[in-house]
Amino acid sequence: MQLDDFINHTGEWLKGTGPHSEIVMSSRVRLARNLAKKPFPNKAPKKVLDEILEAAHAAMNQINYFKGTAFYKISELDNVDRKFLIERHLMSHEHATNPDGKALVVSKEEVLSVMLNEEDHLRIQVMQSGLNLDETWRIISSIDEELSQKLQFAYFTDWGYLTACPTNTGTAMRGSVMLHLPALVMTKQINKVLAAISKLSFTSRGFYGEGTQASGNFYQISNQVSLGHSEEEIIQNINGLIRQIVEQEEQARQALMVQNKAMLEDKIFRSWGVLKNAYIISSQETVELLSMVRLGMDLGVLKEVDRRTINELFIMIQPAHLQKIEGKKLTTVERDARRATLIRKKLTGDLSGN
Amino acid sequence: MQCDVCGNKKATVHLTEIVDEQMTELHLCEDCARQKSVQMEQQFGLADLLAGLADFGQQVKNVEKIKLQCSNCSMTYDDFRKFGRLGCSECYNAFREQLAVLLKKIHGSNQHLGKAPSKLPQPIKKKIDQLQELKRQLQRAIEAESFEEAAALRDKIRGLEKKGEG
Repeated sequence: MQLDDFINHTGEWLKGTGPHSEIVMSSRVRLARNLAKKPFPNKAPKKVLDEILEAAHAAMNQINYFKGTAFYKISELDNVDRKFLIERHLMSHEHATNPDGKALVVSKEEVLSVMLNEEDHLRIQVMQSGLNLDETWRIISSIDEELSQKLQFAYFTDWGYLTACPTNTGTAMRGSVMLHLPALVMTKQINKVLAAISKLSFTSRGFYGEGTQASGNFYQISNQVSLGHSEEEIIQNINGLIRQIVEQEEQARQALMVQNKAMLEDKIFRSWGVLKNAYIISSQETVELLSMVRLGMDLGVLKEVDRRTINELFIMIQPAHLQKIEGKKLTTVERDARRATLIRKKLTGDLSGN
Repeated sequence: MQCDVCGNKKATVHLTEIVDEQMTELHLCEDCARQKSVQMEQQFGLADLLAGLADFGQQVKNVEKIKLQCSNCSMTYDDFRKFGRLGCSECYNAFREQLAVLLKKIHGSNQHLGKAPSKLPQPIKKKIDQLQELKRQLQRAIEAESFEEAAALRDKIRGLEKKGEG
């Protein structure tokens, strides 16, 4: 599969369905696995990295889940392509730097992706739409089982799966849920929620990956502890926490609708108006306005747009996506114009300014 | 978000520190971050943080620590302290004692209770499952403060573990 084929659609996890999808964007589970006794990627010479790629690739080729997946060597991709994959949440920034001996495997619907030779030999990721961690875990665990019949994973009975960084040792599992929490932000309750999250050994980061600030009122919550609990327990704990946050967001939304309805509707429809009519727009402004439009749609105030379109726009308005769609490099100024055009096209079908 | 120090400029540097499950966050603007950078490098680098944790309670064994080296990938414990990343799965054997302390500090436990690779021979896997179930029960018993039950479970676990060694 060609990388360019990805431009015409977006990942399955953006479809905007599933439990609590009016607040929960997506669920993701990631597993780190290493081959026993082989040096971890940061310590391995190029030759060993290539051997690992080959062994992993060969193992995947025999497994049904990997049928039809694309395999990319990162060193063979140009800068825009690498950023494009990062923007789609298929790989990390770290994976794009020092690309030698690294690869990425992606399934057609982008449900499954595997980073090879990032910090660990294998970083397997499965993503689903809505609050769906149980199903996500079921899928990734069965992929892991099949892989472990073909590859000898580094594992101690007392410490579990061994990883390059001891913060991942044990289950080597990270479960994450992406939440849209505009009402908790507007009612200034979000810091209280985030403080509680960190007290419970969970972390929160933004929509656009590790180290980013929350933007568009998106918060990605994941477990921090990976040793001392089974995978199912960790997932139950995340589920419990997420349900509480979802409930608080729902209450905050209702409170806003009762106490500040005019203010809220004004904000939503102004955002809608700007997005449909702007000819130049930055990504920061877009994300803030899209967040309001998504809220309006989820509250049933705004009926002219569907959730998938909005979800997809959060991904498509990023720099590398605009450049892939356009098929050439664009300056920041050019991007701001193309972005506005793309948004108008998606929201109104308006093709002027193309 | 505003800078926590000057309260004026936009915070672009975000630090998270976890000590004894207490997390503190610090948000700084670039200027304040630069001013504090010397201080911060000592306090906040991930590698240093890990190293700090790893060193805890081990000052006495200072001389011994330097000699530790993994025979499989030749990484030394000193390297690990510097970079915060291990060299290969065998490092976990080479630095077993130190990592047991470190893992406990990071995760609050150094006992894996999750899944095992399916390739393991069945009898071993069965025993692991059994042990893990017992350990889970033990944890629950302790949480519920049923100490008699916990003691019985502990003995059962010891018995099973011994049987494996013999």
